[in-house]
Amino acid sequence: MNLKKNDQSVTILIVDDELSVRDSLTKWFIEDGYRADAAADAEEALRKLKPGVWDIIFLDIKLPGMDGMELQQRIKGIDPNATIIMITAYATVDTAVKSLKEGAHDYVTKPVDPDYLSHLVANVVKQRQLLSENIQLKERIQELYEIDQIVGDSPAIQKVFELIKTVAPTDTSVMIRGESGTGKELIARAIHSNSSRRFFPIITVNCGGLTEGLTESEFFGHEKGAFTGALYRRKGKFEMANGGTIFLDEVGNIDMKAQTDLLRVIETKQFTRVGGDDIIEVDFRLICATNRDLELAVKEGRFREDLYYRLNVFSISIPPLRERRSDIVLLCNYFLKKLASSINKPAAGFSPEAVERLKNHDWRGNVRELRNAVERAIVVAKGPTITLDDLPIPPSSEAAAEDSSLEAVESVHIKSVLEQMGWNITRSAEMLGIDRATLYSKIKKYGLRK
Amino acid sequence: MPVSIRPESFSLEEGFDPVRNQYNSTWILSKLLQEVPEEDCKILGVTSLDLFVPVLTFVFGEAQLQGKAAVVSSYRLRDELYGLPRNPERLRERLEKEAIHELAHTFGLVHCREPQCVMHSYTYAEEVDFKSKDFCSTCTVLLAQNKKQAAS
Repeated sequence: MNLKKNDQSVTILIVDDELSVRDSLTKWFIEDGYRADAAADAEEALRKLKPGVWDIIFLDIKLPGMDGMELQQRIKGIDPNATIIMITAYATVDTAVKSLKEGAHDYVTKPVDPDYLSHLVANVVKQRQLLSENIQLKERIQELYEIDQIVGDSPAIQKVFELIKTVAPTDTSVMIRGESGTGKELIARAIHSNSSRRFFPIITVNCGGLTEGLTESEFFGHEKGAFTGALYRRKGKFEMANGGTIFLDEVGNIDMKAQTDLLRVIETKQFTRVGGDDIIEVDFRLICATNRDLELAVKEGRFREDLYYRLNVFSISIPPLRERRSDIVLLCNYFLKKLASSINKPAAGFSPEAVERLKNHDWRGNVRELRNAVERAIVVAKGPTITLDDLPIPPSSEAAAEDSSLEAVESVHIKSVLEQMGWNITRSAEMLGIDRATLYSKIKKYGLRK
Repeated sequence: MPVSIRPESFSLEEGFDPVRNQYNSTWILSKLLQEVPEEDCKILGVTSLDLFVPVLTFVFGEAQLQGKAAVVSSYRLRDELYGLPRNPERLRERLEKEAIHELAHTFGLVHCREPQCVMHSYTYAEEVDFKSKDFCSTCTVLLAQNKKQAAS
């Protein structure tokens, strides 16, 4: 009997100028356990229409005044989610077919077989329930994603959350500023997940890793034979992001030619594939991120000013971890719980000394550095509690305090990151936000050793 | 519950639709309402004529939900209508189920999803055989509640 209770929440509106049709259908549906009401004409129907009030609307094609076809359009404008079923006589089947093309779910011809009517409504109810469940599940997944990924209670990060909530439902271009490791991509994903584009993809382009000359192909794709090695047609990132969001990470790194291409596609929402003639239209939302000083780049002529203004419509600055220290313990516990289960090692918590060390560290590599530190500590910890000895953080603040020159601080920090990464140059360079060659030269300069 | 049986007391001609060759059950209900003898009484019309409501091709019966009158027809319940030999016993059973079903509507019961419950709505005669003459446990409770409410 549960289904009976569920069906009672299903609402049906019958719009027909014939009293006998209105009465018999209303009665039939009420007896079937639905909530039903009727309207004699378009005017009465529109009075009774409010978004979300009616699940199913039976609509007579021939009505006095505004006809059913016109009313169908009005209903779609008021409540696009209502399921419309047209009622017609045999003579107007052509019109009914036209109404289907314009979005009606189905049509019934008078008089209708009771068995057909019962099944039709039962199927619509089932379909609507599935659709609603599907939307709820998708929303839940997005919600889980958001909650799972961004952690913080501090006023600084709460302000970022507020900005995300403000800008997400709009289609405005967003520029995310923040040091390396602060979680710029997570913020971009949170904006996308909370926008109406969430059921379409978010495509990330790491502009810092683009090979000069291949940027255009990466952005817009290419046709077969467009250049040596282009054996097949390839879709570009903008084409893949159609309907969704494109996230240009490290946008400050793109060359002048790519800047011009980017400006054009942002302005026209059109492009052609490399080696192709067909104009492809795309609908995307743009989110960019950078840890560079773009204003300086504009001043020095390295970044187009017109592009800068196009990208920098709404700016979100993510504070570095050292400016939101109250989040450090929260983040440590979050990563401990998450990573311990993923590497299948029990971890109960941190010793008070370890917590103090974690809180006082400068975290130049921000949340990424913190995450790596916790992961390494879990691996090397002998017991369930992480102690000071397990932490890959030397008491760097004290070391730096002895000589607070920029070079001394840099030297201590680079050594700390190298040790934390087990002297893996690629990962250390990534964490430091510099390339490998620069890191090698700094190791040499400061005489750092394992 | 006391029951009295009356012969037909009005002509059905006015309820006949010559185009459809069927009788309008809603019209019959309105006539039956004029025949209800007492305040706390329900009236059930039983006919062998083919019934319809305007928007549907046919009905086995019709009732006033939480009202006083119901009508039920044996016409579409007969096996011979579907090329089968006459089966008076089966017809009696089907008619009995549909009569209980329609009368229960007058006590405010709506259709039930339990396939065995008499309040389940079937639109094929052979499907009526699936259900019993009894109410499921929920409909039994609802019927008792509705009767109690009506009495108070």
